[in-house]
Amino acid sequence: MRFKLIYMDNGATTKIDENVLKSMMPYFTEKYANPSSSHSFGQDAKDAVDKARGRIAKAIGADEHEIFFTSGGTESNNWALKGLAFAAMNAGKIDASGKKIKSGEHKNHIITTKIEHKSILNVCEWLKENAGFETTYLDVDKDGFVNPEDIKKAITKKTLLVSIIHGNNEVGTIQDIETIGNICKNAGVLFHTDVCQSFTKTLVDVQKQNIDLLTLNAHKVHGPKGIGALFIRKGVEVMDWQQGGNHEKGMRSGTENVHGIVGFGEAVKIAMKDVNKNVKHMILLRDKLIKVIMDNVENVKLNGYYKEGNSDKRLCNNVNFSFLAIEGESLGGYLDQKFVCSSTGSACNARNLEPSYVLKAMELTDEEANGSLRLTLSKFNTEEEIDYVAKTIPKIVEKLRHISPIGKVVNYFKKK
Amino acid sequence: MLKYSKETLKRFSEPKFAGEMKNPDSVGEEGNMKCGDVMRIYIKVKDDIITDIKFLTYGCVAAIASTDALCETVKGKTLDEAEKLTWKDVVEGLGEVPSIKVHCSVMGIDALKDAIKKYREGIKPVINDEEECCEEMKNIGKIDQ
Ligand SMILES: Cc1ncc(COP(=O)(O)O)c(C=O)c1O
Ligand SMILES: [Zn+2]
Repeated sequence: MRFKLIYMDNGATTKIDENVLKSMMPYFTEKYANPSSSHSFGQDAKDAVDKARGRIAKAIGADEHEIFFTSGGTESNNWALKGLAFAAMNAGKIDASGKKIKSGEHKNHIITTKIEHKSILNVCEWLKENAGFETTYLDVDKDGFVNPEDIKKAITKKTLLVSIIHGNNEVGTIQDIETIGNICKNAGVLFHTDVCQSFTKTLVDVQKQNIDLLTLNAHKVHGPKGIGALFIRKGVEVMDWQQGGNHEKGMRSGTENVHGIVGFGEAVKIAMKDVNKNVKHMILLRDKLIKVIMDNVENVKLNGYYKEGNSDKRLCNNVNFSFLAIEGESLGGYLDQKFVCSSTGSACNARNLEPSYVLKAMELTDEEANGSLRLTLSKFNTEEEIDYVAKTIPKIVEKLRHISPIGKVVNYFKKK
Repeated sequence: MLKYSKETLKRFSEPKFAGEMKNPDSVGEEGNMKCGDVMRIYIKVKDDIITDIKFLTYGCVAAIASTDALCETVKGKTLDEAEKLTWKDVVEGLGEVPSIKVHCSVMGIDALKDAIKKYREGIKPVINDEEECCEEMKNIGKIDQ
């Protein structure tokens, strides 16, 4: 069987579902009105936006008034952290009786992990430089889990927020956010989580898991790029993000990305309808790929927590190997020539020439991190594709090990 | 993956000079495991002319392609000529090399220079002799950890 393209980089982004695309098209061509317009044409667009908002709210157990549309995961993470930080700073300026109080007395401490997406880590750095916030970056264990006890210990009187990624984008580890949410609730600290990778793949429920703020995007769930949402629990003080014509209840002004929102809503509807079927399918493919590679290649390691059949501690679509003695970009390069899309945590693939910080936080050696290969699946992958990839990888690994100096020793000595 | 030129990808997919050499006259090395590239070059020398050349690499697409191009350029050249080669000479036939990959594509030259230097100093290599292997060489690629 020949393949035109085998897409196994769904952690980066996913193919839009045909039905999602179909649902969006009328909002470019026929129903292009501005939802703020008072004519009925405009109200149709507004209804479509509200319908999508309702679907997304329902999928995470939230109220529709708690969903705010953004341009994606990066913006939602920025808004969550900076929005809370600035609300805390402003609250600190005036006390309840209206008197000014000393600056710096507000809560200014954030707790997060070393394995967050860059759109959390770099915002924490920004808040340090520009607003005097301090961040504690918690370690993770070898499987990539943060210990909830460490969170408890790190909380101080100054702690405003705990922000923990749910499903990790590189190694697929899923954190126990229910326990973490409870710890935060009991300590009176706000809890934010980024569920871009885990949404529609494992349970996300803002009530059960005590989540105060939550980041979502559409393009990881077969929706369009450039659209996402931030859930803000009713009563949580967050700074308004964009000022202008008072869209999104005055919190984020700007004419709505109607077609994007409609596509996001449709993607969520489709995903939730088939969630069990899709997860089961991906688990089957993931487990088969892991088994065949582990059985047929020597000196390979699977990164992240793994138990066959499990999808609440490891994402059902994530596979991440380290092949010793070879470099990940060249492995990905040969896969690319076989029309297989993958990714790597190798230093050589990074702009800063450092191996992946997530893999390093899990205490992988440089050799293991540089030899890493990530394959992330979706509902669209087939068993034939898995068979092909599982057959192809060992051949490439052998070829690269054949030309690798690692393990082939040279001994020099002086002639004289 | 980065955007590589057609020429680079062709070299990468079918490197002509990749592999181990039996009984080389000299071996040179460059790179470390941290940055993700380790390069080793083997040469055979007769009357100051490089008659044969091969390389092994733990490296990326750019490292494999550029070192293979280097080997083709160097074969048949005198040691003096080979020593004067610059990065530009090597990547000439490769189209554009992404700027963050310059580091990976100079490693072959540095490894070659190391091999020539060792040859001139009369340092002889013994390959695959685990028993006599000195500690330093056992740690190839583990430098800087
Ligand atoms: C965990 C996580 N958070 C945030 C993002 C950023 O989302 P976006 O690309 O929509 O800005 C991504 C994806 O790139 C992600 O995987
Ligand atoms: Zn490289």
